[in-house]
Amino acid sequence: MEMWFSEYHTPDVKLAMRVKKHLYQKQSDFQQIDIFDTPEFGRVLTLDGNIMLTERDEFIYDEMITHVPMAVHQGIRNILVIGAGDGGVVRELTRYDRVENIDLVEMDPQVLEACRMYLPGNACRLDDRRVHIYFENALKFIRRSEEKYDLIIVDSTDPFGPSEGLFTKEFYGSCFNALKDDGIMVNQQGSPFYEEDARAMQRSHKRIASTFPISKVYQAHIPTYAAGYWLFGFASKKYHPVDDFDADAWTALNLHTRYYTTRLHVGAFWLPAFLEEMLQEVEN
Amino acid sequence: MNTRYHLDQTKAPIYEALEEFRKMRIVPFDVPGHKRGRGNPELAACLGEKCVGVDVNSMKPLDNLCHPVSVIKEAEDLAADAFGAAHAFLMVGGTTSAVQSMILTVCKRGDEIILPRNVHRSVINALVLCGAVPVYVNPEVNASLGISLGMKREAVAKAIREHPNAVAVLVNNPTYYGICSDLRAIVKMAHDAGMYCLADEAHGTHFYFGGGLPVSAMEAGADMAAVSMHKSGGSLTQSSLLLCGPRIQAGYARQIINLTQTTSGSYLLMVSLDISRRNLALRGRDVFHRVSDMGEYARQEINAVGGYYAFGRELRDGNAVFDFDTTKLSVHTLDIGLAGIEVYDILRDEYDIQIEFGDIGNILAYLSMGDRPQEMERLVSALAEIRRRYQKDPAGLLTQEYVEPQVVISPQEAFYADKVSLPLAESTGRVASEFVMCYPPGIPLLAPGERITEEILEHIQYAKEKGASMTGPEDPDIEQINVVQ
Repeated sequence: MEMWFSEYHTPDVKLAMRVKKHLYQKQSDFQQIDIFDTPEFGRVLTLDGNIMLTERDEFIYDEMITHVPMAVHQGIRNILVIGAGDGGVVRELTRYDRVENIDLVEMDPQVLEACRMYLPGNACRLDDRRVHIYFENALKFIRRSEEKYDLIIVDSTDPFGPSEGLFTKEFYGSCFNALKDDGIMVNQQGSPFYEEDARAMQRSHKRIASTFPISKVYQAHIPTYAAGYWLFGFASKKYHPVDDFDADAWTALNLHTRYYTTRLHVGAFWLPAFLEEMLQEVEN
Repeated sequence: MNTRYHLDQTKAPIYEALEEFRKMRIVPFDVPGHKRGRGNPELAACLGEKCVGVDVNSMKPLDNLCHPVSVIKEAEDLAADAFGAAHAFLMVGGTTSAVQSMILTVCKRGDEIILPRNVHRSVINALVLCGAVPVYVNPEVNASLGISLGMKREAVAKAIREHPNAVAVLVNNPTYYGICSDLRAIVKMAHDAGMYCLADEAHGTHFYFGGGLPVSAMEAGADMAAVSMHKSGGSLTQSSLLLCGPRIQAGYARQIINLTQTTSGSYLLMVSLDISRRNLALRGRDVFHRVSDMGEYARQEINAVGGYYAFGRELRDGNAVFDFDTTKLSVHTLDIGLAGIEVYDILRDEYDIQIEFGDIGNILAYLSMGDRPQEMERLVSALAEIRRRYQKDPAGLLTQEYVEPQVVISPQEAFYADKVSLPLAESTGRVASEFVMCYPPGIPLLAPGERITEEILEHIQYAKEKGASMTGPEDPDIEQINVVQ
C-alpha cells in the first residue's frame, strides 16, 4: 500500500511526499491539524492541508526568522511572538541569555498540544520560565500594548486562511505601536514565485513599508514551502538590518547554527532582480 | 421543532419544486432565452451552472408569483406562519416595492399619513405615486450623537389628534441605527383612532427570530410590515417580504402589488426567500443570539479604544428610544476629530474594510449571520489605528441637527408641477420638486413639496464637502435643484 500526502502550491503544481504513518488528526475550532511521519522529511505538521514545518527543514525557517533580528539589535530583551505554536521560534530565542521575556500568542491551543506530543524537537522550550503563552486573537492582544516590546516575530500561516488578519495594515500598525522606539518586527512574508503568492507578498510589503520607516526583505531556501523559496520581512523603527548588524558581537555569543551565518545574514538581503522590481513597485 | 409554528417549517416548497423540475429535464421552448445558460456560456461561467439552471419561467409545476396557487402560495403561507402574520407576500422588487405596496394598499390620493421625517426615500416616493399627504412627526434627535431617534408617544398622539382623518401611522422599526419607537403603544393609538399602523422593517427582519431583541411589527399588532429579508435575513439582494395582519384584505394587497411588480418574478430571488425563511424558522434564534453577542463584544472593544462611542442599549429612555437593536453596530466618531464619512472612507481606502455607511457624526457597520470573530477583530483594530494616526481636534465639526421640514404641497403635486432649475445657492425660500439625500442611508434631507431653507442648504453643502455620496436631483453634480415654478 502506498500513502502520499500532497499539497497544491498552485492549481497546477503540487508537492507530494510519501507517508509512513498518519500520527495525528484533529479539527480544532480554527483549522484541521495533521501530523504525518514521512521517510524523507521526518514528521510533518500541516494546518488545513498546508505544510507548516517538517523536522528535516524547519531549522532554516526558525533560524532565519530569529537570528537575523537578534544579531542586529543587541538590546532585545522583551519579545512578542505571534503564531508559532510549534515552538521552533521560541526554541531559538531561548538560546539567548539576554532575553528576559517572551510572550507567545497563538490562537489555537490544539496546535501546541499536538506539537508537544509529536514534535518535541520544536516544542522543547515552551516550558522555559521566560515564556508566557496566551491563547488569544493576536489583533486583540496587541491592541492593548504600547511601546512595550523590543522585537515582534510574526510567524503566521499563509494569508488566505485564519491568519488573514496578520497580513493587514491594522495589524502592522498595531505592531508599530506596540514596539519601543528602537523596536523591530520580523514576519514571514511568503513566496514571490507563483502569481497568487507573489501578489499577496506585494500587498503585505506595501502595508509594512507604509507603516515602518525601514522595511527590507530577505530570503531563504526552504524545500517544502512553495517554490522552495521563502521571504522574510524586516521592519524597524531605527536599526538597518545590514548597516547596524554587528557580526562580531553575534559570533562572540558562540551559538551553533545550521543555516544562519553572519556571512549569510548580509547575503540574504541581496535579492534577485525580479524581486527587487516587485518590491519597488509597491514601495512608493 | 418550534411549537410556535403551525406549519412544518422544515419544508421549502419552491426549493423542492425546483429540484423536482431539474430532474424532469424539461425541454425549454419558453423564456428565458439563455435556456439554462446554454445560449450564454459566459454568463453561465460567471454565475455557475446551478444558478442559471434555476433561472426559469413561471409554469404550472412552479406556480406564478402574480397569482399563486401552489408552491409559491405554500411558501407564502410558511412565511406568514414563520413571521406570525395573517398573510405574507414574496417580493422581488426590493423592500422599496414592499414599502410602496404597503402604502398604496392603505392610502389614496389626498389621504393623510402620519410618519416620522427620517423615513427611507421609498416611503416618500410612494406618496409621489399615490398622492397622499405626509404629516410629519418630529423624530427626537440625540444632539450629541447627531442622530434621529424614534417618535415619542405624545408626539404621535398629538399628530393623531390634529389629523383625525389620517388613514395610517407609519413607523420605522427600527431606524437604520437600530432605534425603535414604542410600537405596541403606537399601534394601539392608531387603532383606537381608526387608523392603520404600518412598519418599515427594512432593518428588522431578525426581530421575528431573536431573543432579547425589540418587538416585531406583527407581534406588536401592526397591520402591515415591509421586511428586508435580504438584509439581516440572508436572502439574495432585492428579495423581500410584505407581511399583513388580519385587518388587511390580502386579495386587495395582491392587486396593488401587481400594479407595479414584474410578471416575470425571478426564481432565484423566490427560492432564496424560501430557503432563508426555513433557515430563520429553524435556526434563527441561535443565529441572532450570536450576532447580538458579537455586537456587544465589538461595542466593548471599540469603547475600550477610547475616543469613539459605540452606542447601545444604554440610550434607551422608555420613549423616543424605546428599544435598541443590539445587532446594529453604530459608532460616533466626532470626538476623534473625524466625520463618520471620513472614517468610512479611510476604512475602505486604507484598511480594505467596507462598512454600511458613514454620515456626519457616525459610522454603521452591518453585522449579520455571515460575520466571524476574526473580521470583527480587524474592524476594531482598524478603528484603533485610525484613531492613533488621524486623531485631531474635534473643534469645527458640525453635528447633524434635525431640520424641521416645512411641507408646502404634497410630494405628488411638487413632483409633477411645472418646475425650474436653479443653482442651489439661489433656491432659498423656494419649494423643492425633487429629493436631496446622502446614500446610504437614503433618508432625504429635502423631499418634494418642502420649503428650501438656509439651514438645509448649509447641511447639503457640508455633507458634500465631507465626501458624502449625494443623490436625488436630476443634476448629477448636485449644483442645481429643481423647484416648483
